[in-house]
Amino acid sequence: MAAAADPADPADPADAAQDGRPEPRHGWRIFIIWLVAAAIADPLLWFVLGPHMPPGDMSTSASSQQFDMNVMTVMAAPVMLGVLVYGVYAMIVWRAREGDEEDGPPIHGNARIQVSWLAVTSALVLGLFVFGFYELAAPAGAGAGEGPSPIWTPGGQPLQVQVIAQQWEFTYRFPQFGGFETPQIELPVGQNVEFHVTSLDVIHSFWAYQLGVKADANPDVDNVAFTKPKQTGPFTVRCAELCGLWHGAMFDYGKVVSVAAFQTWAHSMRTHLAAVTRMLPAYALTYDPTLVPTINKALAKGGITGANGYYYPPNDPEQP
Amino acid sequence: MAIDIQPEKPQEDQRPGGGEPSGPRPADPWWKKPAVHTALAGAVVGYLIGHWLGDYLSSGYLQNALSDSNDVPIVLGYAFAVIGWLAGLGVFNDLGRQMLGLPVRSHEREASSGLARYFRYSLDHKVVGIQYLVGMIVYFLTGGLFAMAIRTELLSPSYHVLNASAYVEVVGEHGTMMMMMMTSVIVGPLGNYLVPLMIGSKRVAFPRIEALSFWITPCAYLILLSGLLFGGFPFGWTGYAPLSIQATEGADSYAVAFGLMGISVILAGFNLIVTIICHRAPGMRWSRLPVFVWSMLATSFLFVLAAPVLVGGMYMLITDRTFQTAFFVNTLGGSSYLYQNLFWFFGHPEVYILALPGFGIVSEILPVFCRKPLFGYRTLAAGMIGVTLLSFFVWQHHLFDSGINPDMRPLFMLTTELISIPTGFIFLVAMGTFWKAKIRFSVPMLFALGFYFNFLIGGISGVFLSDVPADTTEHGSFFVMAHFHYTIMGGLIFAFMGGLYYWLPKMMGIKLNQTLGKIQFWTMFVFFNSTFLPLFAAGMLGQPRRVFEYARNLETLNDWVSISAFLLGGSILLFLINFIWSTVIVREPETGNPWRSRGLEWQVPSPPPPGNFETVPVILSGPYEYGVKGAPPVADLNPPPGVLASAITGTGAAADTAATSSSEVGV
Repeated sequence: MAAAADPADPADPADAAQDGRPEPRHGWRIFIIWLVAAAIADPLLWFVLGPHMPPGDMSTSASSQQFDMNVMTVMAAPVMLGVLVYGVYAMIVWRAREGDEEDGPPIHGNARIQVSWLAVTSALVLGLFVFGFYELAAPAGAGAGEGPSPIWTPGGQPLQVQVIAQQWEFTYRFPQFGGFETPQIELPVGQNVEFHVTSLDVIHSFWAYQLGVKADANPDVDNVAFTKPKQTGPFTVRCAELCGLWHGAMFDYGKVVSVAAFQTWAHSMRTHLAAVTRMLPAYALTYDPTLVPTINKALAKGGITGANGYYYPPNDPEQP
Repeated sequence: MAIDIQPEKPQEDQRPGGGEPSGPRPADPWWKKPAVHTALAGAVVGYLIGHWLGDYLSSGYLQNALSDSNDVPIVLGYAFAVIGWLAGLGVFNDLGRQMLGLPVRSHEREASSGLARYFRYSLDHKVVGIQYLVGMIVYFLTGGLFAMAIRTELLSPSYHVLNASAYVEVVGEHGTMMMMMMTSVIVGPLGNYLVPLMIGSKRVAFPRIEALSFWITPCAYLILLSGLLFGGFPFGWTGYAPLSIQATEGADSYAVAFGLMGISVILAGFNLIVTIICHRAPGMRWSRLPVFVWSMLATSFLFVLAAPVLVGGMYMLITDRTFQTAFFVNTLGGSSYLYQNLFWFFGHPEVYILALPGFGIVSEILPVFCRKPLFGYRTLAAGMIGVTLLSFFVWQHHLFDSGINPDMRPLFMLTTELISIPTGFIFLVAMGTFWKAKIRFSVPMLFALGFYFNFLIGGISGVFLSDVPADTTEHGSFFVMAHFHYTIMGGLIFAFMGGLYYWLPKMMGIKLNQTLGKIQFWTMFVFFNSTFLPLFAAGMLGQPRRVFEYARNLETLNDWVSISAFLLGGSILLFLINFIWSTVIVREPETGNPWRSRGLEWQVPSPPPPGNFETVPVILSGPYEYGVKGAPPVADLNPPPGVLASAITGTGAAADTAATSSSEVGV
């Protein structure tokens, strides 16, 4: 790739002998070294590192990201190797010898090499773009936040989960199960999930690492992201946008469980939290944070409190 | 071309309005002349006035829309402190004197010599360059100390040394200090100092604007640091609203300082653009312009076009925080996306503001130590222009996950990937220049080679980030952090160091110790990579940026990084020791052309005399004609008067005829 277009072109006329001894064909040498290095590196990267490439393959979006990173790694490695092999070769072979005060050959440029460099890098970049576009559209946005009206959707009837971010925790609402709201999240395996991410105060970012989902939580904005868990197990949720004092501690864990277990969990939570759900504002895609103090009062009156005495922390959190 | 072709006479007193004739004025004692101490006094007085005014205007009824603090007195205090600082420095003296019809005194300061001139509002571009140099080193070291604090905290997966609030303060100060002050790290010292020398000019276009651009930076620096007195700011260097509106008074220091620095770079860029376009010597065609000057021109255009958006954004942030506007508060009809757009419309060009000067320096160093002409000069210049243009069309890749314009993401993915084509040109040029070169591994060359290695990794990791699916995992993680440290620390700072080792003999007539320089390069190169390469892995494994707590399985990785970072800090300390040792204690003189460079700046003595050139030189050939048989010298420093006259009338052959008339000018 890079080496094919760099000045190591075998037909370079400057290859002529200079000091009586025939000049070695530097271009071919560099090309062979590069070819061997790339031929070793790429299979290693694809077959050895590839299956372990983050973020794993716990969901469709995670595996599409893993595939993207693997493809780009095997594309990037030869490019990097091309530059590095060329550079190291140049530093060894073309270093000035002791006492050599001569200047080098006055080469100002080579139109053919410059044009082929431009052609090769453009082809690589455009190829990457087409690949990236396909990989974004095909798996329904690849787990990234797509705003309130997503254009790439998985179709069917996905499970809707609302993610409400606030300083400094996430809560989750399940509108298809009566709109109950919990600080825990469980998801069924093998079923499309539609996250609606919003915030009550500042900008957060909902990052379900193993699921390959990341969507910013903006106040007054409904940010939709899709995924489909493929395996059961725990996953980490972290806030990925600096949101103030306790940003570093804003994380929790979710679980992907079997469909039956999820149904059981969801129905039991629905019953268990029925009293709370009645006091919450009706399910909506965004919430007015000025309502929060009222809700807190209602919840406190009903004897329902979270860890810090409220479901929602005080409206004016203590800042550093 | 607007060029002074006559040898400049020493300036006489300008007397607009025909002021009264006077004899030589008695010299004032030092404490009466405007300098840093009067500026500080002015700043203190200004702050007190501004704070009082703010209290008077707003007491009791104005509050921040989202928090309970009243920020009007602080913001007005800062504003008046800046005005007081500049007034104390004597920035407005000549303006006032001209308005009153009195003689202008600025040239007295210009002509003064000795250390004192470095503490004054000097109009000599070489003095401003040295002022910038010392200033930038101080700002860089301050930011670096904050980085050491961050790495200390990250030795453990839960918080131990710094508490949560101290940690976010330190993160914010480190990020802002580096991203905002380091915009000028090369343009300030090397650009201001070297551009006139490289284009054959006796001066810059607007000396007052240039000096003002420097003297704003200490204000910005002190105001940013003063945020710590108010408890810092908890939102990093990006200052996303509404968090930055909700935050307490420390946020004002961020907004005011960042806005000020924006004004400073606009002024600096404005001056350099006009200097480069209008003050080139005869024969300095666009095709002979040194690539460093091309990079300064590109950077200056980015300054002038991008920074106003930042200043506007910061101004809106300040009014949101003080006068209860709601530009960025969604619930009150504003939009937090607006802030993100404004910020990154500046912020992404800024990333190239931090990259282009590095491209210029390494491409300038390369031919000298390869003893070969630069390969593909036009390609490189085109690449830098291409980067400049494209950098305005990529900003939304910072918002891929934000939910704004989701259908525009493929477009921004394309523009982001396209920008790697002109960026790739710098590698083409480097590889072409290496071909059959005679490479000499002097310290500047080592730093240039380090730049290429680091920037290769930084650039390729950037391609990973441009791909939306891959970015979903990498965005906001340590991967991004490692990526931009590779391009900025590994790119910009390595180039800065290389440029210093290369040009300090020119700027100070003093050579830095080369042995210490080699030790510094190797420690810096090894520990830099050992610090930031593992952070790519940390990010991929799920460590978000700016957190004081991370998953326990990442502890070994983070400890490794922290220890490497301390050693990297030691390497920077070694630079400081070398700098002070060589320029203050040993002072080994180096007045000639130690690198046997063809650059025009090396054809005058070191340090250059006041006015740079005795007469305006005539440029005869490009600066990179190494090994070209029969190449004319780069310039005729004492052109016969007729040549200058024909140059000003626009005869293209002027430079070529001069080639035959000059023989005494060495290369």
